[in-house]
Amino acid sequence: MPVAASAIYFLNLRGDVLINRLYRDDVGGNMVDAFRMHIMQTKELGTCPVRQIGGCSFIYMRISNVYIVIVVSSNANVACAFKFVVEAVQLFKSYFGGAFDEDAIRNNFVLIYELLDEIMDFGYPQNLSPEILKLYITQEGVRSPFSSKPTDKPVPNATLQVTGAVGWRREGLVYKKNEVFLDIVESVNLLMSSKGSVLRCDVTGKILMKCFLSGMPDLKLGLNDKIGLEKESQLKSRPAKSGKTIELDDVTFHQCVNLTRFNSEKTVSFVPPDGEFELMKYRITEGVNLPFRVLPTIKELGRTRMEVNVKVKSVFGAKMFALGVVIKIPVSKQTAKTSFQVTSGRAKYNAAIDCLVWKIRKFPGQTEPTLSAEIELISTMTEKKSWTRPPIQMEFQVPMFTASGLRVRFLKVWEKSGYNTVEWVRYITKAGSYEVRC
Amino acid sequence: MSGHDSKYFSTTKKGEIPELKEELNSQYKDKRKDAVKKVIAAMTVGKDVSSLFTDVVNCMQTENLELKKLVYLYLINYAKSQPDLAILAVNTFVKDSQDPNPLIRALAVRTMGCIRVDKITEYLCDPLQRCLKDDDPYVRKTAAICVAKLYDINAELVEDRGFLESLKDLISDNNPMVVANAVAALAEIQENSSRPIFEITSHTLSKLLTALNECTEWGQVFILDALSRYKAADAREAENIVERVTPRLQHANCAVVLSAVKMILQQMELITSPDVVRNLCKKMAPPLVTLLSAEPEIQYVALRNINLIVQRRPTILAHEIKVFFCKYNDPIYVKMEKLEIMIKLASDRNIDQVLLEFKEYATEVDVDFVRKAVRAIGRCAIKLERAAERCISVLLELIKIKVNYVVQEAIIVIKDIFRRYPNTYESIIATLCESLDTLDEPEAKASMIWIIGEYAERIDNADELLESFLESFPEEPAQVQLQLLTATVKLFLKKPTEGPQQMIQVVLNNATVETDNPDLRDRAYIYWRLLSTDPEAAKDVVLAEKPVISDDSNLLEPSVLDELLANIATLSSVYHKPPESFVTRVKATTQKTEDDDYPDGSETGYSDAPATAADGGVSPPASSSNVPYAAARQPAAVLVAPAPVPDLLGDLIGLDNNAVVPSDEPAPPSGPPLPVLLPASTGQGLQISAQLTRRDGQIFYSILIENNSQIPLDGFMIQFNKNTFGLASAGPLQVPPLQPGASARTLLPMVLFQNVSAGPPSSVLQVAVKNNQQPVWYFNDKILLHVLFTEDGRMERGSFLETWRSLPDTNEVLKDFPGILLSNIEATLDRLAASNMFFIAKRKNANHDVFYFSAKIPLGIPFLIELTTLSGNPGVKSAIKTPNPDMAPLFFEALETLLKA
Repeated sequence: MPVAASAIYFLNLRGDVLINRLYRDDVGGNMVDAFRMHIMQTKELGTCPVRQIGGCSFIYMRISNVYIVIVVSSNANVACAFKFVVEAVQLFKSYFGGAFDEDAIRNNFVLIYELLDEIMDFGYPQNLSPEILKLYITQEGVRSPFSSKPTDKPVPNATLQVTGAVGWRREGLVYKKNEVFLDIVESVNLLMSSKGSVLRCDVTGKILMKCFLSGMPDLKLGLNDKIGLEKESQLKSRPAKSGKTIELDDVTFHQCVNLTRFNSEKTVSFVPPDGEFELMKYRITEGVNLPFRVLPTIKELGRTRMEVNVKVKSVFGAKMFALGVVIKIPVSKQTAKTSFQVTSGRAKYNAAIDCLVWKIRKFPGQTEPTLSAEIELISTMTEKKSWTRPPIQMEFQVPMFTASGLRVRFLKVWEKSGYNTVEWVRYITKAGSYEVRC
Repeated sequence: MSGHDSKYFSTTKKGEIPELKEELNSQYKDKRKDAVKKVIAAMTVGKDVSSLFTDVVNCMQTENLELKKLVYLYLINYAKSQPDLAILAVNTFVKDSQDPNPLIRALAVRTMGCIRVDKITEYLCDPLQRCLKDDDPYVRKTAAICVAKLYDINAELVEDRGFLESLKDLISDNNPMVVANAVAALAEIQENSSRPIFEITSHTLSKLLTALNECTEWGQVFILDALSRYKAADAREAENIVERVTPRLQHANCAVVLSAVKMILQQMELITSPDVVRNLCKKMAPPLVTLLSAEPEIQYVALRNINLIVQRRPTILAHEIKVFFCKYNDPIYVKMEKLEIMIKLASDRNIDQVLLEFKEYATEVDVDFVRKAVRAIGRCAIKLERAAERCISVLLELIKIKVNYVVQEAIIVIKDIFRRYPNTYESIIATLCESLDTLDEPEAKASMIWIIGEYAERIDNADELLESFLESFPEEPAQVQLQLLTATVKLFLKKPTEGPQQMIQVVLNNATVETDNPDLRDRAYIYWRLLSTDPEAAKDVVLAEKPVISDDSNLLEPSVLDELLANIATLSSVYHKPPESFVTRVKATTQKTEDDDYPDGSETGYSDAPATAADGGVSPPASSSNVPYAAARQPAAVLVAPAPVPDLLGDLIGLDNNAVVPSDEPAPPSGPPLPVLLPASTGQGLQISAQLTRRDGQIFYSILIENNSQIPLDGFMIQFNKNTFGLASAGPLQVPPLQPGASARTLLPMVLFQNVSAGPPSSVLQVAVKNNQQPVWYFNDKILLHVLFTEDGRMERGSFLETWRSLPDTNEVLKDFPGILLSNIEATLDRLAASNMFFIAKRKNANHDVFYFSAKIPLGIPFLIELTTLSGNPGVKSAIKTPNPDMAPLFFEALETLLKA
């Protein structure tokens, strides 16, 4: 059964109910007490997000300082339940202007009740598109970041749009200037052994889009991916242009993309929602350009001293630079005193996380700053246990760089009125979980 | 922050309800709206505002949509408690369902379906009929779901009024969302019905697959889930279906992807062409991997499902093992599942890489994860013969780190490796023996002892090693004792010299005369008899070749796996349990033959009788939890009387029986009859018998509710007043509606320390039970302390003496039970032990027998008990010591009950 919920609760960290909605009769109103008692107040909390207590199952996740708990008694669709929670939170955020926390819920409880009534019926998720819901669920104080005009009264044909085939875009939009912004955001995940061999490496990228387009435009996006290019040249029966192509391991699309067409023609065509949305996600494991190499050497000198040398090499173009680079180098819990030198940026010892934290605000390409540190340890009476070393972790952002090598080749916009559009494309690569064992 | 609703929460405490009442009746619209918001705010924080029902309903007739929604919300919450007043709202509902604004029409029909009051249900039919044929798709999609709601309240009504036909018509609706909701509703109705209602023909299938393209993401899930039940006629049809479903794998919504995977896997069973299968496997892998970059909770769901998928189709992810490597910051539940999948995907090709990972994990911080990583290495060794040696060398490296729990876990898995590859790796035994002293966990100890016994002839000092364990034999846990016994016998058979001979004497003596563990005693006697009659036969038995083990841990039965794969993305696939094992609401019985109806009633009646006569002190079998029972049953008389039972009644009974079987709860004890607490004479025909019981370490309130009144009773609820131990119900009381003459018996799980009352300890438990038809009934029950005795109350002799001495004499309380005769000591001790009052020692003092016991109640409060009796004569003297002597009266009350029973 694709039922996703019999009841949904929003609890604060103490376990107080902030708001709840019962959708079905098969769970008691007091089941949340069981959640409080058997999960929140025990060390079970956080060990497993799906738990069965008595005849009920609890499906929960924490978002900022709120626990969102779904209770069901049937064999519900868990994937649906979690996705529903994720999307509902997105929706609330879009209504509240960004924040989702305990205060936001208390301050908007009437609106949340109204939304909860609309986005799920009898446990079945309904339309959760913010763009459409805002047509007819309006509250004073609602600030929509991208609504073009204030809607005083419900649009007469709202209901048709909720249920329409293009359930994510309303009709009759007019912009003076038609613009599309494309942001390609990649996060590169790396796990490297202490010997420098790559254990796991992949890039998960997403294409974020911001559309300010009039009418009902048809869009088509072209990337430099191999399969798409091959298909294109096959269709046009001319050889593929040379140039760097990349192989996408997997792509997933926003519901606006015509999947059947993608499957047959390998083209990404869609009618976009108005405003901001995530068009697609992709994953690449082959031919990843790692922006940084980390070369650590950690020596334990006797029982009470450690020597740490870390060299970080930027391997992207010399004209580019990375921002907000943070390198966290774990040290032993017994650390008593640290002294260090860095050739760039600033470093300090953070005892709360047992790490040396080295920050470099602007990190140019083709450079290799180093950190060398000496660490004194508290000598312990007990026999020295081998210290379990967590990996070195790195954070960064590199604008105008894609670890995958992905490029947007074209973005075509068709609309029956035939207006011209301005397209903007930005690239950025961030660190996902960028870990080097040491 | 955009809203400012929090102000509604801060109303003045004093006279809140009257104040709200006044505001609700204000002549100003805004004031009324604010008042309703305050009411909803109060409702949200759990205050009872049901007394404002009439006033809130009066605000219902408004043009303001927001206000209307709030009133509707209030109605959904309180209509059930005010069924008579709820009827006031009907007119507005009916009117709203014909409003020109489609939003209001839909709202009315949606809300009415949520109000589960019989009287309202009747009025729902006409508006629903209209709305199902509404011009506006938004109204139709809402009405479609409403049919499912109505079916849940009154299935008969839905069938009689032809709603099912209207719903089926909606499958051909031109609006995709209407189609999707109609499919969802029909699928749910089908699930709860025994008759074929929603049969998917190849025609509907093709129509729905076309609708997929235009549905919302959720609609796609509804349709895919419904279609996954479809059985294709042949491989060709299956291939066609799969071809139309595969594009869904690219969807951003994880639920769509998993439902598509489910459907493809189902159809793949029919596809014979290996090329097509291989191609499909290739297509499914990337989307599954992509799910691992979602939120951790979704990753967890995906991983549990992938675990199932790779059991059926190992090739799908054979090359993707790297994506399951754990990230340092993965939540523990994700790491554990990744580990499990890594074991399943480990092969000769990737084992080196995998072992490096496992070794890395074995040095992490989380103890459970480390243990699982060590165990994983062992399981790989058992699975991959060619890699066994490498696995063992990694284990030895880990043992050298000398982290206690790593060593112990390693020894446990090495024992399994020895079972898998006998006589291959004994060279490492010496290394293992070095860690002998550090072992303190029973399983590790037992494993080490097993290894020593098994290879006694190759270990020079095997006798010394075993002897070192023997000193503490009586204190060891049963698991270790059993291994020690067997290992010593093996040693003796392999090296029948003097040393082992003496050891065997000691062990056999310890394991027979000195023990009260029947398993140990029986095994020891068998060995003893074998050894004394025919040592050669003993050799044949004890040293027989053992079958080689294989790693089948966490592998599922093919039939179970089939069922779980058909339930991908659901709870069933996450728990790895078939739905019927945890879902309380089971499908109504399929077969309505006489066989099904009668035995139910007569059987229960039959089994009750001997059970009542049986000795009530014997604890019920612990594994009775799988036995389903009929929570609601018609008394046998009613059942038998109208011999040719019309089908209708059969239906009702069948439905009732199954609708409320909480199969995961232990069956109620069929033990002694429960004491009547609320006699029918006081309860206007309602009779309640109840008692606290303890089963499997959990406290339950065993309740029998009998309806001897003339009217059906439903909506039973229970509440417990504050009491000394803060006993309260852990969940709602699950009692079905009771027809006149019917009864229901249930076990209500209880929890402690919920609403603790102050003041001196008291055994009084005040209970209130209510239902929708009668006033609230109050009655008193008694908390018998022995229900609270915990399973861990057993004390070693040493600690008993120490505790006894450490407590001052003021903590000793005495009481005589002159009337009690302990005739059968053995039985009494068993009975006490079954109630978690553990026997420690017995002493003879002149012609008196003195017994010592220990017991413990929650919060770790121990009771040390001394019972003195003159054997054969009535009269028991009891002395107890406890840190909480004010509990003594309660304790004696319990003791008396236990001794008398």
